Amino acid sequence: MPVRCLSRTGLRARLIAALLLIALMPGAFADPGDFQQGAALIAENRFANLEDGVALVAASGDPKARQLLLALQGSDLYLRKSDRTLVIAAKGADGYDLTDPLTGESAGTAASKRELKRIRINNRLRSQLSAAIAGLDLSHQDPAVRLSGVNEMLANLDDDGLKLLRERIQVETDTEVREAMTTAIALGDLDSADPEVRLQSLDVLQGNLHPAVRGAIRRLIETDADPEVLKSAQRVQDSIEFKLELYSLAETLFFGLSLGSVLVLAAIGLAITFGVMGVINMAHGELIMLGAYTTYLVQQLMPGHIGLALLLAIPAAFMVSGAVGILIERGVIRFLYGRPLETLLATFGISLILQQLVRTLISPQNVPVANPDWMSGSWQINSVLSLTMNRMVIIAFCLIVFSALYLVMRKTALGLQVRAVSQNRAMARAMGVRSARVDALTFGLGSGIAGVAGVALSQLTNVGPNLGQTYIIDSFMVVVFGGVGNLWGTLVAGMSLGVVNKILEPWAGAVLAKILVLVFIILFIQKRPRGLFPQKGRAAEG
Amino acid sequence: MRSDIQTGRLQLDRGGQIFLILLAVTTLLVPILNLAVPTDSPLHVSTFTVTLLGKYLTYALLAVAVDLVWGYLGILSLGHGAFFALGGYAMGMYLMRQIGDRGVYGNPDLPDFMVFLNWHELPWFWHGFDQFWFSALMVVLVPGVLAFVFGWLTFRSRVTGVYLSIITQALTYALMLAFFRNEMGFGGNNGLTDFKDLLGFDLQSDATRIGLFIASALALAGGYLACRYLVNSKLGRVAVAIRDAESRTRFIGYRVEQVKLWIFAFSAVLAGIAGALYVPQVGIINPGEFSPLNSIEIVVWVAIGGRATLYGAVLGALLVNYGKTYLTGVMPDAWLFALGGLFVLVTLFLPQGIAGLLRRKGAAA
Amino acid sequence: MKTLDTLRTTMRRDQVWDFMRPKQGLELDMSHGTILYLEDISVTFDGFRAIDHLNLYIDAGELRCIIGPNGAGKTTMMDIITGKTRPDTGTAWFGQTIDLLRLSEPEIASLGIGRKFQKPTVFEPLSVMENLELAMAADKRVWPTLRARLTAEQRTRIDEVLETIGLQKHRAQRAGALSHGQKQWLEIGMLLMQDPYLLLVDEPVAGMTHQEMDRTAELLKSLAGKHSVVVVEHDMDFVRSIANKVTVLHQGSVLAEGTMDEVQNDPRVIEVYLGG
Repeated sequence: MPVRCLSRTGLRARLIAALLLIALMPGAFADPGDFQQGAALIAENRFANLEDGVALVAASGDPKARQLLLALQGSDLYLRKSDRTLVIAAKGADGYDLTDPLTGESAGTAASKRELKRIRINNRLRSQLSAAIAGLDLSHQDPAVRLSGVNEMLANLDDDGLKLLRERIQVETDTEVREAMTTAIALGDLDSADPEVRLQSLDVLQGNLHPAVRGAIRRLIETDADPEVLKSAQRVQDSIEFKLELYSLAETLFFGLSLGSVLVLAAIGLAITFGVMGVINMAHGELIMLGAYTTYLVQQLMPGHIGLALLLAIPAAFMVSGAVGILIERGVIRFLYGRPLETLLATFGISLILQQLVRTLISPQNVPVANPDWMSGSWQINSVLSLTMNRMVIIAFCLIVFSALYLVMRKTALGLQVRAVSQNRAMARAMGVRSARVDALTFGLGSGIAGVAGVALSQLTNVGPNLGQTYIIDSFMVVVFGGVGNLWGTLVAGMSLGVVNKILEPWAGAVLAKILVLVFIILFIQKRPRGLFPQKGRAAEG
Repeated sequence: MRSDIQTGRLQLDRGGQIFLILLAVTTLLVPILNLAVPTDSPLHVSTFTVTLLGKYLTYALLAVAVDLVWGYLGILSLGHGAFFALGGYAMGMYLMRQIGDRGVYGNPDLPDFMVFLNWHELPWFWHGFDQFWFSALMVVLVPGVLAFVFGWLTFRSRVTGVYLSIITQALTYALMLAFFRNEMGFGGNNGLTDFKDLLGFDLQSDATRIGLFIASALALAGGYLACRYLVNSKLGRVAVAIRDAESRTRFIGYRVEQVKLWIFAFSAVLAGIAGALYVPQVGIINPGEFSPLNSIEIVVWVAIGGRATLYGAVLGALLVNYGKTYLTGVMPDAWLFALGGLFVLVTLFLPQGIAGLLRRKGAAA
Repeated sequence: MKTLDTLRTTMRRDQVWDFMRPKQGLELDMSHGTILYLEDISVTFDGFRAIDHLNLYIDAGELRCIIGPNGAGKTTMMDIITGKTRPDTGTAWFGQTIDLLRLSEPEIASLGIGRKFQKPTVFEPLSVMENLELAMAADKRVWPTLRARLTAEQRTRIDEVLETIGLQKHRAQRAGALSHGQKQWLEIGMLLMQDPYLLLVDEPVAGMTHQEMDRTAELLKSLAGKHSVVVVEHDMDFVRSIANKVTVLHQGSVLAEGTMDEVQNDPRVIEVYLGG
């Protein structure tokens, strides 16, 4: 066994050389024998030989090398006890499906793991493996794989890797991969003995947000002796810190806006019933809850079509909550106009009944509402900022609902009548507006919007009988803060409360932030009892 | 409802007289039936019932406090549960300190939950609560001062009607969130419990329970008479004037804000005392007492009993709570339906409550 | 230099500091025969100018009628005098010494400006007598109000007013059960109980029968002299029957002032009322 006496450095050099060759001319100089030999070394299953085996396989240029190494890394590589051959095992229908790593073909099945013996690896091998796989990745045809390969190398960069990168960047065509490579090389150059080189790479690293860069620069500042380099490094660090802060601010803002959107959605129906009609509807939260439960029911009716069910739930929830709202208005509220405190009590009673109804008819427990695929995942803007899809959808949805409602109020006959009735009931009636019908429809509209908000909330929080209660006080705060009877006020108030809440959260904690916001609103109402955008003039007095 | 102020004054409030007599009879009879009548007699009142009645009486006092501000002053407070709970916490803190080294951890200085949280020192706001007089003072002061500050801020900026209701609700909600936090130092989620004794009397003994029952009855009678005095005074008439025509009252020269402020704070003090008597009888106080639902339930007691009568509030508190105890025992699901239905039916069909119904019957006879 | 000036003004020895100046117990000084000075007052609501550089003077003991079309600023003017609305610019003095713009509504009321609203607002659940009792000039702070008991003197005073407004028979009746005209009189009675120097009466005869109107006219005329009375009214016959001097408001400022005849023949007034 001549291979055994190969020194470690020699082997490494050979590995690098081979990788370079593959990198430059894939497949051209690959030695198929190396792959077989390496695999055989691995099959011996001894730590000492494993290293050499991995090096050989990595350098072989064989297209199956990556699969073999990945299997070893993922602890899926086994020796079959019966014939002591290497197999890759994956859990199959019964027992394990086996693949021969040398041919890539199926090698039958194994009923249980007892027929197999795992090739075990240690930590040193683990880092060797990731470097080797990263190296192989660099020449993979998929740019995404190449990119992750570079990022993998960034994490622990050595001279060999650096050398490889320098070669590889010459032929790299994808800009994103090139950028990552440039970063990696510059990072490697920070260790250069020449201060000039260090300075240059610092320039390259200006504003780079990769975590490895931050660590490297911190180390450089601690250890470097050259004043020029130190100064430059400090500057780069500052620029990175600044960018980081900027992005974290952007993230806070995003979180705040998404929370704000939830608040606006929950409050905007209330803004109509409270603002336009002067009716305190304490059952508003329960109308939201009904919307969420409608989503649940629609999903139950059409299993397997989660996304479609969600879309259908929007009109369905609007109808359900709207109808319940009209019932409440016709059955109770219309007898109580002009007596806001009584309305408050009666609708609170209704809210209790609705809650208990859901508990009795469906379940006192929370019900599961599924999220469609397009709601999960996130949009990775860079290494420090990623925006989750569901939050983005909520913000968009909130804006759509708001605009729709705004158009209804501004452009339709109903909107005109609603505004007329809210400004001067007697006069509107005299002009032939049927105020009773307008009241019922307005209340239905506000309630329907609450139902739609429920659809949105079902995607964010637990759907249970208490869902409404959680949001009712917040919703009132938003409406009161924004100024009663003002849709814009509701939007601005909801969004700003959301953002303020998220800004406070990091240093105050979620609960305390909420308390602070409540206290702030209590104080604010006392300064400006009519909210941010009050209706002015004589009509609003008294 | 509108005429009761005047008739109440001229007839010297027959309903109130009946109520006071009934209260006196109950207060005398219940201890006798508990202590002197043998256990197997059908007339025997168990200690459990005594405590239950005592609890109802504290609720009745709380209802009187709410009726004072809602019925007579027109402030629909959805946050009176907060004042009740604060009074309760002040008492609870005293009772915690009385446990001494008899807690699970046996720490003579720190209540169990603080030991559990790894605290080594009593927080500053717990000092003094080992003294009964200090705790009693806090029972009155904490709710009173909070109501005063809150009222000073709101009434001065003329927040009225539903706005005021909503921010009183926000107040109690904020307090609930705060008290749920362990860091606040009030036992977090679990609140304060496992009390041992009060002024050296064992809380589990029948005699202490009777004593607490009598104390609750006396507090209710005292609170009722104080409120009666207030609403029959010229200040009471000013309150009604404010309730019905606030700005008119201002134009004849009354400082509306001051009137509201003092009556509101007084009402909060009554609620605090009720809370302080409630806690040793039920043996626990936790942040759930701050929940907005609790506060709004009080309003329903008053609405059902009949507002602006004071004795109606007592009646409502007793009836609704008896119903609650009964229904949650027999069919737990039905309670919220019943409560919700009561809200709707009373506002729609019985705006003057049971007291109004009784009076109409009395007038017809 | 500016700071120094401010300091100098602040430290002037012949004056007390503003915050030390007693607000309570200010004495009304009518030595120049004028009880109310409104000068250059303007108020804007949401861009709408309700009062526009208004100047108005009311003499001691005078009965003045103010007329004007809707939106002329009559009610807003009363709001300013009674402290409900603060003007954007201008000054309002009660007598020579009292700056109304610094005072709150209750303070103004206790200084002796009484107001009757357009819509009669009596305290409906209270009896006629209790309404008068509440309005009576007294120490209206919280504690004294709680302890207050009617003295014999106060009872006599209430009886007097009851007689003046002709409601003796209704003294124990609930105010809410009074007729519309009776409520108007009760309100005037409440004004009288305050013992004001200046009465502001907003549309006292709206919705009244002719007999009631005549009685009200008598009542108001009998009040003038002892009190200064400002009446805002739409009913021209009624105004003619009581007024010596009439002020016409239009678009927030004074259009004309004089006797009823002078005003009615003023071409600008005719234009506003008939042309426009």
